[in-house]
Amino acid sequence: MPESIHSDNNVPHLIIRPPRKWVPVDLHELWNYRELLTSFTMRDIKIRYKQTGLGFAWAVIQPLFMMLIFTIIFGGFAQIPSDGIPYPLFSFAALLPWMLFSEGLTRSTMSMVMNSNIMTKVYFPRLIMPISGILSPLVDFAVSISILVLMMAYYGFVPTINVVFLPLFILLALATSLGIGLWLSALNVKYRDFQYTVPFIIQLWMYASPVVYPASMIPEAIRPLYGLNPMAGVIEGFRWALLGTEIPGSMIFVSVGVVVVLLVSGMFYFRRMEQYYADIV
Amino acid sequence: MNDKKIAIRVRNLGKKYTLGGSQEQYLTLRDAIVNSVKAPFKRFNRASPDQGFWALNNVSFDVEQGEVVGIIGRNGAGKSTLLKILSRITAPTEGTVELHGRVGSLLEVGTGFHPEMTGRENIFLNGSILGMKKVEIEQKFDEIVKFAEIEKFLDTPVKRYSSGMYVRLAFAVAAHLEPEILVVDEVLAVGDAAFQKKCLGKMGEVAKEGRTVLFVSHNMSAISSLCNRTILLDTGTVIQDGNASKVIQEYLSSNITFNGEKVWQNPNERPGNENIRLYSLRLISEKGNAQHNFDIGEDIKIEVKYNVLTNGIHPIVSIVVKSQSGEIVFASLNMQSENIIEDSFAGKEFQPGVYTTVCILPKNFFNTNTYTIDLHLALNLDILAVCIQDIISFTIFDFNGYNSTGLNWKGVVHPKFMWITSQN
Repeated sequence: MPESIHSDNNVPHLIIRPPRKWVPVDLHELWNYRELLTSFTMRDIKIRYKQTGLGFAWAVIQPLFMMLIFTIIFGGFAQIPSDGIPYPLFSFAALLPWMLFSEGLTRSTMSMVMNSNIMTKVYFPRLIMPISGILSPLVDFAVSISILVLMMAYYGFVPTINVVFLPLFILLALATSLGIGLWLSALNVKYRDFQYTVPFIIQLWMYASPVVYPASMIPEAIRPLYGLNPMAGVIEGFRWALLGTEIPGSMIFVSVGVVVVLLVSGMFYFRRMEQYYADIV
Repeated sequence: MNDKKIAIRVRNLGKKYTLGGSQEQYLTLRDAIVNSVKAPFKRFNRASPDQGFWALNNVSFDVEQGEVVGIIGRNGAGKSTLLKILSRITAPTEGTVELHGRVGSLLEVGTGFHPEMTGRENIFLNGSILGMKKVEIEQKFDEIVKFAEIEKFLDTPVKRYSSGMYVRLAFAVAAHLEPEILVVDEVLAVGDAAFQKKCLGKMGEVAKEGRTVLFVSHNMSAISSLCNRTILLDTGTVIQDGNASKVIQEYLSSNITFNGEKVWQNPNERPGNENIRLYSLRLISEKGNAQHNFDIGEDIKIEVKYNVLTNGIHPIVSIVVKSQSGEIVFASLNMQSENIIEDSFAGKEFQPGVYTTVCILPKNFFNTNTYTIDLHLALNLDILAVCIQDIISFTIFDFNGYNSTGLNWKGVVHPKFMWITSQN
């Protein structure tokens, strides 16, 4: 649709044209709107726990209880191995990136429909919406990571030097949720079916990811294939960086590759939908 | 290059909406799957090849920097579609728009306001949604708060605001937007009269600062006071483009808006009974056209045409004129006519035949408002044959400065009376 041309006399100059089929993302424009991205993200963070009694405590209650149940059922009754790590720690280290991913995916999928009242009135790069959707769960993540630190101290775990790679895995988790979120949010604009499939996808996906079991349970030979699920790479990466389990190795590279494909294709599909957004939402 | 710089250049702009097609509709996946399965058969079944509807068609115009242009037209004329394309909310189907300068669009006030957030937080959120930088908002923060008159409630969630406070805050943020090109849609239709006036004043200021403004409204007096140029759209095309008051007058006296007549062509549908049937009712201007819009300074001729079918009746025609709020301004009937001596049919028994009864509503009497008429046709004072409520309406405008005060004149009517002062 529109393209910016940078003119010499400081007055922005813009030409609006009929849509083309495949348009790349205008990163320069996205950068110009970074303040709006912050505003939307802050809004989501601020209103999330407004008028709740427990406030940000909710950010830890959910993963804590999930960890408890997993520990009792999978660690206790089912005797699922945990690479020699105490099961609560083992599952909590996986729940952190998992919840970051699943929350982000849910919010970004819904973002385009929930904010339609704004987007049919004002222009900004629509990409801001799903991006802010994946960023706002970072606050919950930060709160729960402090719980993890307490738990590690309790079990006497000192993080290895590999902890410096942790931000990379956080980034990979965010990129995964954005990659899928772009596809689902764009599809959801046209087909509202997708908002109903998300909780379902997330539930299935969790069991397809090494949250309650270690990736080492997967036969060595097909482990790179297992990496096609990017969250497998992310979660194993988290455990490696924090708890010193086995290095995920080739799995990670497969995961990164998948995420790149998801992100790039998602952006093109999203941009395509964006041009018709106001007409179909 | 000319000394006047172009701010907006629109060329052959068109926007097509698909009716019932795959683009327009809200779809479910099931529909898409079924449609793609059906698609092979569709090729052979092209009963309705083009269901599209052009909301805008071949629209071209230029706007110079600093011009304030009004856009008028009835509902569905394409005004909003045009604004949506200019503010990049929707893409055109064909043609181009060139914009020189940052565009700020006000299609609604309070876009993105969140009820749970405080006034302060919403100023920042709404400001950034409208395209302001954080430093810009910080600079104007005090001014915005002052304009909105909400100092005491800055840290209260806006869900606790009264609707007046909410609207004031929303407009205050919008009013401090400073793009080179401002696109405004009917936002003045909010708040009470005093606040509307304040908003109009602010718009006037914006215009004086030399910024380009595109302004869509149904409020003709706002358009004529703010804009020097007006574009009239109808069914997606530019009908007229030029001097604001000229275009507005043309628009109002044309039948683009409403018909100034009610005619029953089909004899079976004509209201009445075996004694009398109503043919038509027309509101006729001094130029002799049936129209809906009249200037304060012109007489309105109400022409009622009816057929008397039997002997021995004394038809009475009466009208009730009501204000927009439904109050009766007055009722009048031809038996109590001021010029009854001129009316040779007054009080007489009518022969069967077609008759026309005319009533003249005087000029310099109504206020700038819309009025509706109830019509009654009676056989005599006791027997009513036709009674139609809200049969027609008319709107009064002040094209020629009847109201010289510039104030928003209150009152159902606006007559001028004799006033004389003498020194004792």
